[in-house]
Amino acid sequence: MTSVSSSSEFHHQHHFKSADHQYASSKQGIWLFLCTEILMFGGLFVGYLIYHSMYPTVFKNGSETLDWKMGAVNTVVLLVSSFTMAAAINYVQRGLHKIAAIMLALTIACAAAFMVIKYFEYSHKFHVGTVPGKFSLVDPSCGAGGKRAECESKIAALLKNPAELEKNHVSAEEVTRLKAVISQPKWEMFYGFYFVMTGLHGIHVVAGALLIFWIFIKTLRRKVGPEYYTPVEGVGLFWHVVDLVWIYLFPLLYLVG
Amino acid sequence: MSSAHTKTEHGHTDHNYLNHGSGIWSWMTTLDHKRIGLMYFATVATLFLIGGFFALGIRLHLAKFGAEPLLSPDTYNKFMTFHGAIMVFMVIIPGIPAFLGNFVLPIQLGAKDVAFPRLNLASYYIFIAGALIAASSMIFNQVDTGWTFYTPYSTAKTSNGVILLVLGAFTMGFSSILTGLNFIVTTHKLRAPGMTMDRIPLMIWALYSTSIIQILATPILAITLLLIGAEKTLGVGIFDPDLGGDPVLFQHFFWFYSHPAVYIMILPAMGVISELITAFSKKTIFGYRAIAYSSVAIAAVSFLVWGHHMFVSGQSTIAGIVFSIITMFVGVPTAIKLFNWISTMYRGTVTFEAPMLFALGFMFLFTIGGLTGVFLASTGMDVHFHDTYFVVAHFHYVMVGGTLMALMGGIFYWFPKMFGKMTSDLGGRISWVLIFTGFNVTFFPQFVLGAMGMPRRYFDYLPEYTNLNQISTVGSWLIGLGFLVGLITIIHGILKGEKASDNPWGAKTLEWQTSSPPPHENFTTTPTVTAGPYDFR
Ligand code: HEM
Ligand SMILES: [Cu+2]
Repeated sequence: MTSVSSSSEFHHQHHFKSADHQYASSKQGIWLFLCTEILMFGGLFVGYLIYHSMYPTVFKNGSETLDWKMGAVNTVVLLVSSFTMAAAINYVQRGLHKIAAIMLALTIACAAAFMVIKYFEYSHKFHVGTVPGKFSLVDPSCGAGGKRAECESKIAALLKNPAELEKNHVSAEEVTRLKAVISQPKWEMFYGFYFVMTGLHGIHVVAGALLIFWIFIKTLRRKVGPEYYTPVEGVGLFWHVVDLVWIYLFPLLYLVG
Repeated sequence: MSSAHTKTEHGHTDHNYLNHGSGIWSWMTTLDHKRIGLMYFATVATLFLIGGFFALGIRLHLAKFGAEPLLSPDTYNKFMTFHGAIMVFMVIIPGIPAFLGNFVLPIQLGAKDVAFPRLNLASYYIFIAGALIAASSMIFNQVDTGWTFYTPYSTAKTSNGVILLVLGAFTMGFSSILTGLNFIVTTHKLRAPGMTMDRIPLMIWALYSTSIIQILATPILAITLLLIGAEKTLGVGIFDPDLGGDPVLFQHFFWFYSHPAVYIMILPAMGVISELITAFSKKTIFGYRAIAYSSVAIAAVSFLVWGHHMFVSGQSTIAGIVFSIITMFVGVPTAIKLFNWISTMYRGTVTFEAPMLFALGFMFLFTIGGLTGVFLASTGMDVHFHDTYFVVAHFHYVMVGGTLMALMGGIFYWFPKMFGKMTSDLGGRISWVLIFTGFNVTFFPQFVLGAMGMPRRYFDYLPEYTNLNQISTVGSWLIGLGFLVGLITIIHGILKGEKASDNPWGAKTLEWQTSSPPPHENFTTTPTVTAGPYDFR
C-alpha cells in the first residue's frame, strides 16, 4: 500500500513508514558497504606497510621509477571529479536537472581521463619491464622451481639494447633508476604491490563510472529529484571513497622514495 | 512501488506467502524474504548432499576395508578439499543466517520485509554464481590444497583450478556481506512499534552480532583471496618466498577472517538454541541481557585471537602467549550462554520434541568442542595436537555438533511456520538419535587418534590407527542415515504433514503471532509490542 503523503510518493517502498525512513535506511546500508570497501583496501595497505619496512630500498627504488607527474595529474583529476560529483548531488537536490546532468557527465569524463592516464603509465611499464613477478622475466617459465635468480629479467635485457631504449622513450635518467631497481634482490615486490593496488583501484574507478552513468540516465529521465535522491547520494559517497583511496595510494606508491 | 493488494478483513486464512503468486518464475523473482529463505534452504541442502558425498568418500577410503585403497592420493586430496570448501563456505556459513535468518528475522521484528528486498534477492543470485564458479573447478581443474589454500602450495605448485575456487569463495563472501548489511539495517530501522533493542528476540541479537562479523571480517578474506588469484595469474610475489613474499602473512590474513568466521558459523546457532530452549521449557529465558551481550562480546573477542592457528608457524613466543590468553577469554561469554540455557531449563516445563532434542544435542556436543578448543589454545598442548586428528575432531564437534545440530533443530522448530504443516515428530526423533549417536561414534575416536599422533590430511596411516578409523567410518554412515531420515521427514512433512496451528509450540516471539504460513507481508496489521520476547512466567 502506497501511503499518500505528498512528498513521499516518490519511490517509497511499502515496508517503510515514510520516504525519510527509507532514506535513512538506505544511507545506513551504503555506509556499511563503504566500510567493507575501506577494510578491503585496508588489508592491502597493511601488506604494503609490512613489506615496505622489510625492504625499504626496494620500495624506494621502485617508487622512483614511477612517474609522479602522471600520478599528480591523476590526483587532481580525481579531486575535480569529487567536486563535480558533490555539485551534481547538490543540483539534483535543488531540482536543477540539466546542470546536474552536466556535472555527472564531467565526473564520468574525469574517470575516463584517469583511466587514459593510467593506460599510458601501465603501457610504459610493460615496455620497460617494471611489471609484477612472472611477467618481469624474458622467459616467464624460467622462474619455476625457485630458480628466479638465474633468469634474465626484461629490464636487464632492455638495458643492454640502446635501440630499444630509444624506441621506448627511456631517458638516461630513467636508465639509472632502472639499474638501481635491479641492483636489489626481490625488486619485483614493489611492482606486485603497485599493480595490485592500482589495479584494484582502477576496477573501482570503472565500476564507479558505470554507476555514475546509471545515475546520469536517471537524472535525465527525472527519476531523481528534490524528493528522492538516495541513489545519487549513494553513488556519490562511493565515488568519494574511490577518490579517498587514491589520495592514500598516490603518496604511498609515488612519493615514498 | 508497492504491489497492488489490499488489506481486507476477510479471506486471509487461505492467502499466504506460498500461494501469493504461483509458478517457478514468481519464486525466482520474488522479493519476499521468506521465499528467499526457502530458496537458500533448497540450495544449501543440495550443496550439503554434495559435501556429504565427499565426506563419506574420505571416510570410506580411510577405513581401508578392501585390500586396494579406494582413492589415489591425488584424488584423496581433492575429495578433502571439496568436502571442506563446500561445507565451510557453502553450507555452514550461509546455512543459518541466509536460510533461517532470512525467514525469521523480519517476522520476529514485526517488519514486512528486510530493509533491502531487492538486494536480498541479488545476494541469493550472487551466492549461486559463487557456488557455480567454485563448483566449476570440480569439472575443469580440481584443487587439492585443502580449504585453507595455504601458500606457497596454492600459488606456486598446484593447478589453476585454485583460481576458480578462490573466485567462487570471493563471490560468496560478497553475498555474505550483503546479507549481513541487510540484517543490520533491518534490525536498526524496521522494528515494530514498541520493539526496543532490549525486546528483540535472542535469535536477532545473534544474527546481528554475526552480521557485524560478516561486515568486518569478510573484506579481509576478500582481499586475501584476490591476492591468491593475483599471485597465481600474475605472480605478484606477496606470498611467494621466492619473490620476497611471506607465506606466513597469508596465514595471518586468512585466519584474521577465518577465526571470526567460526563465529559466523556458531553465533546464529546459539541464537536458534536460545529460542528453542525457552520455547520448550515454557519459561522466560534466564539472563536475557547476559545472552544478548555475550553474543556481541564473542563477536568482539573473535577478532583478537587468530594467532592461535599459528602457534607452530614460527611466530614469536610472546605473540603465542598473548594469543593463547586472549583465546581463553572467548570461553567466558560462551560459558555464560550455556549456564543461562541450563538455568532456563531448570524448573521449566521441559518437553522433548525433536527440535528440543537437537538443542540438547547442540549443548552437549558444543561443550565438548569448546572445551577441546581450550586444550588447543594452550600453546604447549597445541604443539602436540596441531595438525592431528584432535583438531579435526575439535572443529567437527563445534561445526557439525554445534551448528548443524542447531540448524536441524531450527528447521524442525520453524517448519510449521514455513509450510503451515507439521513434520512427523517420530521422524525427527529418529533422525536425531541416528545423527547424535553416529556423530559421537565418528568423531570421538578422532580425539583419541589425534592424541595418539595421527596427522590430519594424510591419505594413509600406520597400522595401529586402523581400528579407531574403522569405527569412525561406521559412525559416518550412521550420520548419513540420520540426515537421510531427516530429509525424508521434511519432504514428507511438506507433502503430507498435518495442518499446523499458528503457534504449535506455544512460543511467545512475534513470528508465532501471525498465521502459519504467514501472509505475504508477514502480518495483516502491524503488531505493537508491549513486553519482552519470552513472556512466559
Ligand atoms: C565456536 C565455534 C568454533 C568453531 C566453528 C571452530 C572451528 C575450528 C576449525 C575449523 C579449526 C581448524 C582450522 C583448520 O582447518 O586448520 C579450529 C582450530 C582451532 N580451534 Fe576452534 N572452533 C571453535 C571454537 C573454538 C574455541 C572456543 C577455541 C578455544 C577456546 C578454539 C580453539 C582452536 C584452536 C587453538 C585451533 C587450532 C588448532 C591447531 O590447528 O593446532 N576453537 N577450530
Ligand atoms: Cu580459531
